[in-house]
Amino acid sequence: MRRATVALARRALVNAFRRPQFLAPLVLFPSLFLAINVGGLGATRELDGFPAVDGFLDYQLAAAILQSLLIGGVTAGIAAALDIEEGFFDRLVASPTPRIAIVLGRVLAASVIAFLQVVYFLVLGFVFGASIKGGVVGVACVLAIGVVAGTGFGAIGVLIALRARNASTVQGIFPLVFVVLFISSAFFPLELLSAPADVIARYNPLSFIADGMRQPIAFSNEAWPVVQGLLAAAGIAAASIGLSLLALRGRLRRA
Amino acid sequence: MTGHLNVVGALMRRGLNEILRVPAGALPGVIAPTIFMLGLAAVFGKAATLESYEGVSFLAFILPVGMLQGAGFTGAATGVNLARDIERGWFDRMLLAPTPRPVLLAGFVASASLRALLPASFLLIVALALGVGWPGLLELLIAAVLVMGLAAVVACYATLVALRFRTQQAAPLMQIGSFIAVLFTTSYAPRELLAGWLGTIADVNPVTHVLEGVRQGFVGDVTWAQTWPALVSIVALVAVFGALAVRGMRRQGR
Repeated sequence: MRRATVALARRALVNAFRRPQFLAPLVLFPSLFLAINVGGLGATRELDGFPAVDGFLDYQLAAAILQSLLIGGVTAGIAAALDIEEGFFDRLVASPTPRIAIVLGRVLAASVIAFLQVVYFLVLGFVFGASIKGGVVGVACVLAIGVVAGTGFGAIGVLIALRARNASTVQGIFPLVFVVLFISSAFFPLELLSAPADVIARYNPLSFIADGMRQPIAFSNEAWPVVQGLLAAAGIAAASIGLSLLALRGRLRRA
Repeated sequence: MTGHLNVVGALMRRGLNEILRVPAGALPGVIAPTIFMLGLAAVFGKAATLESYEGVSFLAFILPVGMLQGAGFTGAATGVNLARDIERGWFDRMLLAPTPRPVLLAGFVASASLRALLPASFLLIVALALGVGWPGLLELLIAAVLVMGLAAVVACYATLVALRFRTQQAAPLMQIGSFIAVLFTTSYAPRELLAGWLGTIADVNPVTHVLEGVRQGFVGDVTWAQTWPALVSIVALVAVFGALAVRGMRRQGR
């Protein structure tokens, strides 16, 4: 199963890098948003209740990473749906490939892409003057939370693809990425959000993931926010991989 | 001339029919700017307590951005639809018709301008329901003209992209152009609050004038000093991108 998973992950990665139109949105849109947020709203650091940070870029970097990872989940879902639409999924099912590897291969590819996304944004941050307060350990924490969260979002994409079975439906969830982000503390401190977003954000796991990555970037390596972020990301990953495997089983039963 | 107007009218009707017959196709152009407007207002609403916003609510400040984003989505959709027509061969059949190509382009662009009023109206209704003050008829008229104008500009740009790449896969390229043009302005904050580099871009970006022209009625009174730069900018943009799109249309099949 391990060899099949790695082989399918490699195939997914090769396909992704051969279709730059799928990869470009992962970095393009979040980078543009990051630039506009930092350039347009930097003065909001003066608001009462805004935590003391060296720069607004330091604060916004975690939001950009999270946004990129969520778009990565949509992209993984579209790729899985295209495999179903184009018949590759059926050929895999007919072959002696372990079926669990069909899901795990795609999810593993999402993890690798998530790693690259986090690295890209950290480098972008460095280039434009952000500093990681937590140092090397802080970078490792951000990478860990980011990769686990990206794995979970990739699995959610695969889950939706297995249910919907067409790429346009998966594409249709793209606006939802922004909805779930806007009702979290990814972009702005919880205390400064307007109602009802502030109430929802308190329980939104994305708030924990964003705050967990933000802590070592903008503040320090305080353990609890990082642990909370890691737990939220791991919870999403475990639940979404489990549900994806169930969806695969249901789909195979119907076939 | 009447024949040309009939062609433009038919192409406009075709574009409008798509809204009625394939409403799912028009929904993203309405929903996406609505999500942005409401989301940004919920997240960054407290920013409006900064002095430079002069007491205007963030929702009123951001509403014109949503309207122009809606116009951008609608204009980009014109390019995506054209790319689809190219892929399916329908565009080649249109080119064979005894109709001048600028007339075909005028049909696409006029359709986009008219359809841009759909997201703008929806956003206005949502904003009014959430407490934004009624701006007045003259203010709305100016906003509508500018929104339609920007949709025409983006439709011309998206047409250029569609003619160049001839595939719907170029859709992100069509959308990203209007996205950048609208947001790299005074979209989120008044000019004095922008970071130096963004302020410089906003100063040279003609869409900043268009945005301020739409915004003036929602944050204060309409003045000629803010209206004429907006009108000149939109006319200039339509002239430049319209000329490029006509050139692109004329080059088809040569």
